[in-house]
Amino acid sequence: MSNQPVLNVDSLKTYFYLDQDQVAKAVDDISFSIYPGETVALVGESGSGKSITALSIMQLINKPGRIINGTILMNDTELLKLSAKKMTKIRGNDIAMIFQEPMTALNPVYTIGNQITEMLRKHKNLSKSEARIKAVELLKTVGIPRAEEVIDEYPHQLSGGMRQRIMIAMAISCDPTLLIADEPTTALDVTIQAQILDLMAEMKEKFQMALLLITHDLGVVSEYADRVMVMYGGQIVEQAPTKKLLRDTKHPYTKGLLDSLPNLDEEVDRLGAIKGAVPPAHDFPSGCRFSTRCPFVMDKCTQSNPELQELEKDHFVRCHLYDNGGDTLD
Amino acid sequence: MYKYIIRRILVFIPMLFALTIIVFGLAKAAPGDALTGQQLADPKVNPEVYEQQREALGLNDPIPVQYWNWLSSAAQGDFGKSLVFNGRSVAELIESRVANTLYLGLFSLFITIIVAIPIGIYSARKPYSLLDYAATGFGFLGLAIPNFFFGLIAIYFLAINLGWFPAQGTLSGPGVEGFAAFVDRIHHMVLPGITLGLAGTATYMRYMRSEVLDVLGSDYIRTAKAKGMSDQNVLYKHTLRNALIPIITLMGFEIGVLLSGAVITEQVFQYPGLGTLFISSVTNRDFPVVMAITLILGILILIGNLLADIFYSIIDPRIRYD
Repeated sequence: MSNQPVLNVDSLKTYFYLDQDQVAKAVDDISFSIYPGETVALVGESGSGKSITALSIMQLINKPGRIINGTILMNDTELLKLSAKKMTKIRGNDIAMIFQEPMTALNPVYTIGNQITEMLRKHKNLSKSEARIKAVELLKTVGIPRAEEVIDEYPHQLSGGMRQRIMIAMAISCDPTLLIADEPTTALDVTIQAQILDLMAEMKEKFQMALLLITHDLGVVSEYADRVMVMYGGQIVEQAPTKKLLRDTKHPYTKGLLDSLPNLDEEVDRLGAIKGAVPPAHDFPSGCRFSTRCPFVMDKCTQSNPELQELEKDHFVRCHLYDNGGDTLD
Repeated sequence: MYKYIIRRILVFIPMLFALTIIVFGLAKAAPGDALTGQQLADPKVNPEVYEQQREALGLNDPIPVQYWNWLSSAAQGDFGKSLVFNGRSVAELIESRVANTLYLGLFSLFITIIVAIPIGIYSARKPYSLLDYAATGFGFLGLAIPNFFFGLIAIYFLAINLGWFPAQGTLSGPGVEGFAAFVDRIHHMVLPGITLGLAGTATYMRYMRSEVLDVLGSDYIRTAKAKGMSDQNVLYKHTLRNALIPIITLMGFEIGVLLSGAVITEQVFQYPGLGTLFISSVTNRDFPVVMAITLILGILILIGNLLADIFYSIIDPRIRYD
């Protein structure tokens, strides 16, 4: 891993201005870096702000949402300062994105080939026939059988797994330096999930990309991620290399997520669950945003929101439990 | 595809057959016949004379027999003679009118499309903007104002007060020819065309707005943007074709709506088309003409629906008829 990050996000805030002067702080002061060749997992429940973080990087936030603060540096280019037109040259070319729902992510009225080649023609200035040859090649790379025929087929003729492969083929088509995958396997069968994740890992190696993997599946995290960022209420609450995070969990929320996973080694009657739901982004509790659901809640927690602190090297936690330099969760 | 079209056309036959039975039955159920009016207007003539004429025209036969007579000659392409217009043949009467109605319908459809689609797209791209609100207001107004009433207002202000457009007819005089005649025809069609297309324009505008809004929020548009496609590409390539799919379905019905709307609009503007002929034939109980016009309208509506289905399969690859 080189020291120069491919992507550096600093103090990013994306707020949604709702009716009646309500502001949903979907992403509230997030900073992180992604290094070349690294797989970083962004973990959290629905509504924690993972997808909005990804869409903010892509600058695909729709009204009433707005990026109100922060810098997003990509190889020394400040993306937030680029014109809308210049940003279209970054999207798909330098940063590619794969979405959750392969069934609806492809345009139903155009052929697969049409949808892949339009990218190659825009970003790589290929001619029609060159782009087609390259598209067939890409389809073969992502393991699509009958690639020469599939290229002239429409999305509805393919299965969900196949469509997600097509999305991956599109994403890697222009050799991006960063691939963002927003819950790429959530909508797929369990058997297909592993295939798709393996394919993404393989493509990452082959094309030397960095991967930002958004997921709520800690099983996926443990297998594929180098580093994990846990998000809650629009903020990062814990960040550490994967092994460290799983072995030495610091934040009560991360612990809650891990306890809710079945474990083959232990016999338990009931799986753990975090009580309640993520508070809505326009109505966070005062103090720590997790305080309403935290089993370790203290007076302090309802009064002030803790800062993200580095407990050990590379292990960051946002929790008052560690304010006095101390202890573990157990 | 061809098999499908042929199958659809074969299905037309029983539908048209049923249509003729219903219309014939309804027409005969109305009191009086083609001679009643003349009889009332001129009571001095011996009723015997009219009775002889009725006998000769077959109007005294039982209704099923009359229907059979009509059907057997219609099936051979002979729609008989008008009972009112000095016995001119129905085919000749309709021939002189049908083109006018088609021109008017197409012209009105053209106005509808070039006005409604762009405004609908604009409204969807800039929802809650001033122009969107104006378009919404116009949409409600256009749907709420009855056709004939709008026609009368248009005649009063634009034809009589301002004198910009002629209030009636298709041509200024018999002497106009060539390109001048074409322009003159268009000039005459402006008011009836707008009147006829008003409700349609309002409808399509609203549909287009909601469809484009819908598509703009869909996953594949997000994908297209994430691929780095330009705004123009996203709108004209990825959005428009999807948004037009339901509009095409609607257009299939539009032919029927236009033709029935034409009956009233033509009457308001005294435009010599099928509509005015239809109204005068109904009031005069001129059954052969009524039957022939109904049949033509029926065929046009069925063709409209068939065309819509064909276009539908062209624009949406998920629809296949095999």
